[in-house]
Amino acid sequence: MATEYAPSSMYRSSEGMGVWEHRGKVAAVGIGHSPTERRWDESPETSVGAWSIIALRQAIADAGVAPDQVDGLVIVPVTTTGAFWPDDKPLPREAIEAFVQTSDPLDGIAKLSHEWLLKNMPELTNIKYSVYAPVCMSNALNVAAQVIGDGLAHTVLVLKAWHNLEGRYYQGGANAQDAIDGTSAIRSLWGAPACYGTALQFAEYCRKYGKDHEMMTPFIINSRRNGLMFPEGYWAQHRPEELTPEDYQLARWIAKPANLFDNDIPIMCAAAYLFTTAERAKDMKQKPVYILNHVDSNAVPRGLTPTLDEVESECALTAKKIYEGAGITAADLSFENMYDGFTEFHQFHIEGLGYRGIGFGDALDFYQTDISIEGPNPVSPSGGNIGSGRSRFWMHTDSIQQIQGRAGGRQITGVDPEIGVSGGPMPLGGNYTVWSATPD
Amino acid sequence: MKQGVIPDQLTAPFWEAANDSKLVIQKCSKCDRFQHPPAQECGQCGSAGDLTWEEVSGKGRLYNYGVVHDCPIRLLQDDQPFNVAVVMLDEDPGIQMYSHLPGTPVDDVPVGADVEVVFEDTANGQKVPEWKVV
Repeated sequence: MATEYAPSSMYRSSEGMGVWEHRGKVAAVGIGHSPTERRWDESPETSVGAWSIIALRQAIADAGVAPDQVDGLVIVPVTTTGAFWPDDKPLPREAIEAFVQTSDPLDGIAKLSHEWLLKNMPELTNIKYSVYAPVCMSNALNVAAQVIGDGLAHTVLVLKAWHNLEGRYYQGGANAQDAIDGTSAIRSLWGAPACYGTALQFAEYCRKYGKDHEMMTPFIINSRRNGLMFPEGYWAQHRPEELTPEDYQLARWIAKPANLFDNDIPIMCAAAYLFTTAERAKDMKQKPVYILNHVDSNAVPRGLTPTLDEVESECALTAKKIYEGAGITAADLSFENMYDGFTEFHQFHIEGLGYRGIGFGDALDFYQTDISIEGPNPVSPSGGNIGSGRSRFWMHTDSIQQIQGRAGGRQITGVDPEIGVSGGPMPLGGNYTVWSATPD
Repeated sequence: MKQGVIPDQLTAPFWEAANDSKLVIQKCSKCDRFQHPPAQECGQCGSAGDLTWEEVSGKGRLYNYGVVHDCPIRLLQDDQPFNVAVVMLDEDPGIQMYSHLPGTPVDDVPVGADVEVVFEDTANGQKVPEWKVV
């Protein structure tokens, strides 16, 4: 039977659902990461399939479980960063034939199925429940938590992998054609790049609250600093370059007011986590990190692009759902790891949360204070996508590691990392997880 | 120069009207509510059978803008940098239209100003609504 996407009933999308029925009964106990690379070199060893296997096996080993104990699998089958294998390009036969294939030759190359993984990881002999999650690790984590809570499986691997092919981001396909279809044209004819919508929201934010782009500088510097202490990340592995305020402020614009460093760099990478029941987690190798809640945001803007009002309204609603289901308040958060891949919406997320008491319009002033991992108000201790490249999962790895006390150079020292929240991506459309050192 | 447009079933009335220098917006007669971009169903009530197209005045207000310096569309790259503004229609400020704001200097955009629709050619001759500051 073909694997299906998780049903909408698995997501906690509404306000008023009360405390999550499985609060504290699911735990993260294993983390695995592949190496990173800017683009695929077309060798079998660095394919998205190969790196997925590396990440999954590391997560299993990190948790200290036997592969045949794993009975659930939640993966994101879409692996593109924006590029698809060109129709007119010969298939990468060497990479394809290095693995056991499915009927789709690009499986394991530019997409990923459960079938491909199970064919190439024969040690996973006991998978009883498998399901797909769309788009992001943030979504897959929500699904995995609910799968375990609902008793559909007790030891679940969660995977997200990314391929990044040669060529410039989003420059091929329809964007290179002389004409496009009418439906696409209504949105794309004016040539706005991916960050444009967020740049618009940021422009309105600055006008409304009297802020400016330069005030983002401490956040950007802090993110790169934290990222350079993330050994699994792209910048730490390949370009260990600190960023100066001048680097940021003088960088070329992509869609003003968003510049190069307000955008995350697309990369190849994969990560996996191992979730299990709180009961089983007690006896495992790593300190369990308990899940207090998971939340889905799926607001739809009225027009072509979300307005600031829509963004702020949805971020406030998301925060209410996060706190309600976790049975906590903003004051309980030790740290936040909300998404940043575009930098200019991170402030919407943390203002919605009321992180450290800030409200809408306050975050850029907050960024001028001590937001480092050593201070009392750590912001994005993972460094996020800005600090380590586009994965949309650094913030989850960091949240788990912070609470386990194994974040290495990034370990928060200004506060005790007891409860954290991570998730994203977009203010109107994301998934969030609340992590805790204790199940209570 | 903007890419050409090949009207499809969903959007054909919008593009045909543009060729006649008219701006039409999809509307649900049941909800008495405009929606744009067009869709197969009303975003509010879900009805597919009550969607019509209604001509609007072509007057609006400049809500917001950004300046594109790194455009993914090949045909527009020679024109960089350029404004991409968001216009909200007088008939319903919830309805947004994009615009390059012909005649308005790059990054010198009067947010909040009144605008009116004009129609420009694209690469294949299909006309497209654009907006000029009044």
